[in-house]
Amino acid sequence: MHFDLRVRKISDQNQRPKTKDPGSKIVMKLLREILFPLIAVIAAFIVGGIIVLIIGDSPIQTYRLLIGSAFSWPDGIGYTLFYATPLIFTGLAVAVAFRCGLLNIGAEGQLYIGAFATAWVGIKLAGTSAWILLPLCCLVAIVGGAIWGGIPGLLKARFGSHEVINTIMLNFIAVALVSYFTQYHYKVPGDPILQTTTIGPTAHIARLGKFIPGLPERIPLNVAFILAIIACAFVYVLLWKTKWGYEIRATGANPSAAEYGGISIRKQIILAMAISGGLAGMVGINEVLGYRYRYYDGFSANYGFVGIAVALLGRNHPVGVFLAAILFAILLRGGIFVDAYTVHVSKDIVDMLQGIVIVFVAAEAAFRGPIKKFGLMRRAKV
Amino acid sequence: MLELRNITKRFGDVLANDRVSFKVVPGTIHAIVGENGAGKSTAMRIAYGFYTPDGGEILINDQVRAIRTPHDAIALGVGMVHQHFMLVEPMTVAENIVLGAEPGSAASLDLRQAADEIRKLSDEFKLSVDPKAIIETLSVGQQQRVELLKALYRHAQLLILDEPTAVLTPQEVDEFFAILRRMREQGKTIVIITHKLSEVLAISDNVTVMRDGRVVGDLKTAATNAAELARLMVGREVLLRVEKPDAKAGASVLGVRDLSIVSRDGTKRVDGVSLEVRAGEIVGIAGVEGNGQTELIEALAGLIPSSHVSGEITFGGRDITRLDARKRKELGIAHVPEDRHRRGLLLDFSLAENTILGIHYRKPAVSGNGILLDERGIRQRAEQVIRDFDVRPPNPMLPARSLSGGNQQKLIIGREFELPPKLLLVSQPTRGVDIGAIEFIHRKIVAMRDGGCAVLLVSAELEEVTALADRLLVVHNGQIVGEVDPKVATSEDIGLMMTGGKRS
Repeated sequence: MHFDLRVRKISDQNQRPKTKDPGSKIVMKLLREILFPLIAVIAAFIVGGIIVLIIGDSPIQTYRLLIGSAFSWPDGIGYTLFYATPLIFTGLAVAVAFRCGLLNIGAEGQLYIGAFATAWVGIKLAGTSAWILLPLCCLVAIVGGAIWGGIPGLLKARFGSHEVINTIMLNFIAVALVSYFTQYHYKVPGDPILQTTTIGPTAHIARLGKFIPGLPERIPLNVAFILAIIACAFVYVLLWKTKWGYEIRATGANPSAAEYGGISIRKQIILAMAISGGLAGMVGINEVLGYRYRYYDGFSANYGFVGIAVALLGRNHPVGVFLAAILFAILLRGGIFVDAYTVHVSKDIVDMLQGIVIVFVAAEAAFRGPIKKFGLMRRAKV
Repeated sequence: MLELRNITKRFGDVLANDRVSFKVVPGTIHAIVGENGAGKSTAMRIAYGFYTPDGGEILINDQVRAIRTPHDAIALGVGMVHQHFMLVEPMTVAENIVLGAEPGSAASLDLRQAADEIRKLSDEFKLSVDPKAIIETLSVGQQQRVELLKALYRHAQLLILDEPTAVLTPQEVDEFFAILRRMREQGKTIVIITHKLSEVLAISDNVTVMRDGRVVGDLKTAATNAAELARLMVGREVLLRVEKPDAKAGASVLGVRDLSIVSRDGTKRVDGVSLEVRAGEIVGIAGVEGNGQTELIEALAGLIPSSHVSGEITFGGRDITRLDARKRKELGIAHVPEDRHRRGLLLDFSLAENTILGIHYRKPAVSGNGILLDERGIRQRAEQVIRDFDVRPPNPMLPARSLSGGNQQKLIIGREFELPPKLLLVSQPTRGVDIGAIEFIHRKIVAMRDGGCAVLLVSAELEEVTALADRLLVVHNGQIVGEVDPKVATSEDIGLMMTGGKRS
């Protein structure tokens, strides 16, 4: 009996030497994934600091304003998470498309369509029970964005026209379209601001201040943030735990092999773009149902485009996207304080830092390449 | 000319070169053979200054030299042609050749003089390369000659060629060897890294055999043979001939009638092909690459849109001409694609994820609800494929990219063979695969046949199709030009048919 056990143990070890310590393996992998984006961010801050110094302010004071102001309670944290919410949605949107090998530059247009659509339903069906109206409004935001994202997907699948061109073009169309409807059909007569009438109160979603003691309800952080976290989980499960995600990722990784595996590439392109657009459209939930309770024309602070940077820095992974969105939100909010309290530096430093981060993330390929190549040679050609 | 003495190189915990010593005689062609991972490329990369050795020394013309970078190597007259060409496609031959050693001053580039010199070199070695031609318009064979010219232009006396024939068609290989012999006549020394024994015997004067990072044999080519080299390479007796009993062919499985395929640019790739494959037999297709074999197999697998295909394909009597790839796989048609990197694998996906490609939407890849992937099921399937087909290293979580070519191929073959299929479409099953794995793959294909599977086999290696096939079809220009019995037909006969000549 004793002998038996020993034999068993040895053969087990032979068969899978890997499973010795799965915990540390995962930690190592995580570290590796986080390390390069982290280096990019730190490098960007160093370069940014030098520029601040040249302009004539103290980098330390500037960074204290920029970052420190995000951690105060409740305003700092509340506003930072509120700013992060749309970026999580758009970051996820870009990431899902990217995993299918597509570059969705159109999150901006998709989120406008989603936001306007949800406001429209909120206005038209005002007075309907919240049990019906709320889910409906959320759904309409998603479907609106999904349609707007699905169009370039369809065009690519059907005619092979490039999604980058089409999503950019659809951005212009979306912005103009919703402006037109706001201006000529849904504006309060005489209102100098380009915004629609308000949505029915049953379409409002609760601010988190209602549930969290110490967080005042004037801070617009709302349930959409919870939806954003759920969206992260949804994207993770979709991409890595379902057969559909397998098909999307396979198409992105190698379309020829996906085709060989019986996967319809056209279907995946349309599907991924629609999911991407739907995620972008969810920005409307935060903006319209949780914050302004109306559609306000031109509300997006380039969320769709910043989403590209968020996805890039977050390595197209939901966890990375979440972290990157928080970082960019910190910068967005901190920028206001930098503007107010420093002598020379303006809040443009935020754009500058974003730009430098992107440059460094992109340049990562340059210094990651040789390292990876060396690793590969080690394995393959010894 | 070149001598390595006790070269040792360690990558992490892998000993890639363990006291490697050998000597290359000037004016000879010296082959270095070994399986993938034996350390032959590492040794030559050290000689070329790509890696610095951990120990040992390199001698050039009997003098110890420090070669730290490829620049040092070039200065000492050592040139290297890599397996993957390093050419700028939209630029001309001359521009590519001078790249990095541009003639003229810093401000102006004197290409004319360079072009003259290149033409002279090209004539001297009969390379027939036009310096003004654009790289992307050249065939693979011509591009390789440009790489040779690159080294010659830099006055290389010793040329190291890393697996130079892997990308060439049989005809191009013959031409290429003629060039190498001419270079030897002109006094150049050539080191050729390969794992194809027929090539070693055909071209080299001396041969060094490596296994597991060590030199296990240093032989005169004239005094050895394929069996001895194979035994040294693999470390055990290897069957170079495939042993198989006669086929017991059963009912017809695949029927193809009057199949024609038009490519996207409108040219006819396959022209009126009819064939039949029965259960329990291997039908081989021989032909020079690019004569419609690729399209034929892809059309049978359902990978060519039916608008480009005319004719009829039946499977077990059922018309499948309009079925897509997934439906065909469900019926039991497995496909080992010719290009494992383009078609066969998701290189960045894990081995486990690769073993479910094509069946990822059904059991055992998905759980009962039909949506969520079943990680346990996938892992079990991966472990089964890895075990049955001896994929190494046997870790289902590794990315497919990290495997050697032979192991990648075994993974694909395992995935397809364990569907299990009724019809097997196999294209270039052993391309870029080392001897041990070739033997293994051949045995598995024969075992599938003996298990009652119908097999359609395409290979650019004439030896391979004649050894495996029970019936052999020869294609030329998209048409079947004849059927021969592989047991009696000579390779001259088949070769003649392959190039369009009729059998006398």
